[in-house]
Amino acid sequence: MKILICISNVPDTTTKIRFVDDNTKFDVNGVQWIINPWDELALTRALELKEASGGAIEKVTVITVGPKSVEPTIRKALAIGADDAIRVDAETEDAYEVANLIAEAVKDMGYDIIISGIESSDYNGSAVGGMVAEFLELPSVSAVSSLNIEDGNVVIKREIDGGSEIVTTPVPFVAIVQKGIAIEPRIPSMRGIMMARKKPLNVVEPAAASPMTEYVNYELPPAKAACKIIDAENVKELVTLLHTEAKVI
Amino acid sequence: MSVLIYTENWDGKFKKLSFELVSYAREIAKILGTGTVALSIGNVDDEELKKLALYGADKILKVEDDRVKNLDNSVYTSIIAQAVEKEDANVIVLAHNNVGKAIAPRLSVRLKAALASGVTALPSSTDPFIVKKKVFTGKAFANVKLNSDKKVLTLAQNSFGISEGAGKGEIETFSPELADGYFTTEVKDVTKVTGKVLLTDAEIVVSGGRGMKGPENWGPIEELAGLLGAATACSRPVSDEGWRPHSEHTGQTGKIIAPNLYIAAGISGAIQHLAGVSSSKVIVAINTDKDAPIFEAADYGIVGDAMKVLPAMVEAVKELKADG
Ligand SMILES: Cc1cc2nc3c(=O)[nH]c(=O)nc-3n(C[C@H](O)[C@H](O)[C@H](O)COP(=O)(O)OP(=O)(O)OC[C@H]3O[C@@H](n4cnc5c(N)ncnc54)[C@H](O)[C@@H]3O)c2cc1C
Ligand SMILES: Nc1ncnc2c1ncn2[C@@H]1O[C@H](COP(=O)(O)O)[C@@H](O)[C@H]1O
Repeated sequence: MKILICISNVPDTTTKIRFVDDNTKFDVNGVQWIINPWDELALTRALELKEASGGAIEKVTVITVGPKSVEPTIRKALAIGADDAIRVDAETEDAYEVANLIAEAVKDMGYDIIISGIESSDYNGSAVGGMVAEFLELPSVSAVSSLNIEDGNVVIKREIDGGSEIVTTPVPFVAIVQKGIAIEPRIPSMRGIMMARKKPLNVVEPAAASPMTEYVNYELPPAKAACKIIDAENVKELVTLLHTEAKVI
Repeated sequence: MSVLIYTENWDGKFKKLSFELVSYAREIAKILGTGTVALSIGNVDDEELKKLALYGADKILKVEDDRVKNLDNSVYTSIIAQAVEKEDANVIVLAHNNVGKAIAPRLSVRLKAALASGVTALPSSTDPFIVKKKVFTGKAFANVKLNSDKKVLTLAQNSFGISEGAGKGEIETFSPELADGYFTTEVKDVTKVTGKVLLTDAEIVVSGGRGMKGPENWGPIEELAGLLGAATACSRPVSDEGWRPHSEHTGQTGKIIAPNLYIAAGISGAIQHLAGVSSSKVIVAINTDKDAPIFEAADYGIVGDAMKVLPAMVEAVKELKADG
């Protein structure tokens, strides 16, 4: 069995978001780049599954679509423990294009489980995983909060509004994962970092694909008015304000 | 032409979000000069279906195939794609929740339609089609241009609101073609939380952080939530510690919510927490530290001990309710 994780290179979650060029471009100045948190957890879970599989899972590969500048993020994934990596060498405009390129790059490679995160923390598309599945005509299960292999069968917990379901699906398939898939992301060890340098990072040329959307410009949310502070001895006033002024209770 | 809405029901009843989707779609249809078609999958009686008309559904397609009781992404994509073709829909609206996120991307590829996810407003123009969506986990918005004939939109919950506007409400049974081979996801077991207000559906949310000190102190939060018809929530460390269930965790890595009122007690207001709650209309912060970042996001604040403030709020709300 082989597992593929789609990883996205995103700004660190504490990044201050700014735009330049008349608000048409995200300001990458001084930004720290990380593996999208969901993808890091997905990789962690894939490695746990591989280690517990007694050899049944031969390989965990990571794939990313991006220019050479994303390679530190890929090396980090290799240092965490991925066996090899694929970088589709392209600067992309949207999720449609990314998914198309991933699907074209891996369609004949025989991955049994393809995993993506539920959302990238930059463009919040929640799209790539489902789109990859559709391009490859594979089943997909979304909002996956636990992924297990029991007697060779995939058993999944997925979140639904107000609860959860245990579901099964045939392989190959695409899992779109969220909170719960792994608890803490694995941190690369010294040895992992050394080994990562020697692991294969295959750069592939992009297939022909075009985006469907265009980001015209950006806006920051309007500044909030200052917080109205109410005396701790006068909680009643707060409740009155919520009722009469804010009209929310 | 038409605007098609995928509505969701829960045990045969529509969720608030479905009415919001129909309200939103109705306004798009108005701009485009077309009608709306609401698609409902699962057993919903006609009386309930008719409710969609109050918000602007002109036609209501119901799919009652027993095999589609559970979400199967490929099957649902097929059903919606067939409805899109039948109704010549050029804009398809879904919710930006777990179900919408599961189907919309597949639908986009199936229909060769551009997708904008997490949209928060009506399109600012329809030719070209430009719509605003959330990016950077709510820290910014982007105006996105959709360059295709058909467009798929997922609407961020509570961002548009519900408004009435009558539609024709003609109910029609729709039987899409579904080969047995399409079905791949098999549901073995379901766990549902019952009797509680759903966090993602709630108008009011009362939330606690590490400042609450321990699970034994959640009494006033539960009581206040009960009085206000609110859902309860918490910060990530609180669910990590097991003080509260994981389903209550809000923030970037938990649930993203946009209630009318969010009450944060003993929550510092870390950027990752705010990412999940900053779209709330009104935020109230209760924190002992006057410099806690939560006060920058809050509309009303009390600098004080949540253990004292929350019980006082419970009493004040009781008085308010008694005064009617
Ligand atoms: C990648 C990543 C993702 C994350 N995602 C999330 C997420 O989705 N959601 C999330 O919540 N966090 C998330 N976090 C964690 C986040 O950074 C914060 O650590 C967390 O939100 C802090 O939780 P807290 O406010 O409950 O606790 P603390 O930061 O410890 O704050 C406790 C607050 O309680 C106050 N307090 C203490 N005693 C009292 C009292 N008696 N009465 C009133 N106030 C009191 C204190 O002044 C303090 O401000 C994430 C972190 C990372 C790195
Ligand atoms: N450029 C990319 N290369 C590889 N995978 C990606 C890329 N962008 C997004 N993904 C995957 O798709 C998931 C959802 O991203 P998005 O659809 O952008 O919200 C991420 O968590 C990744 O798993």
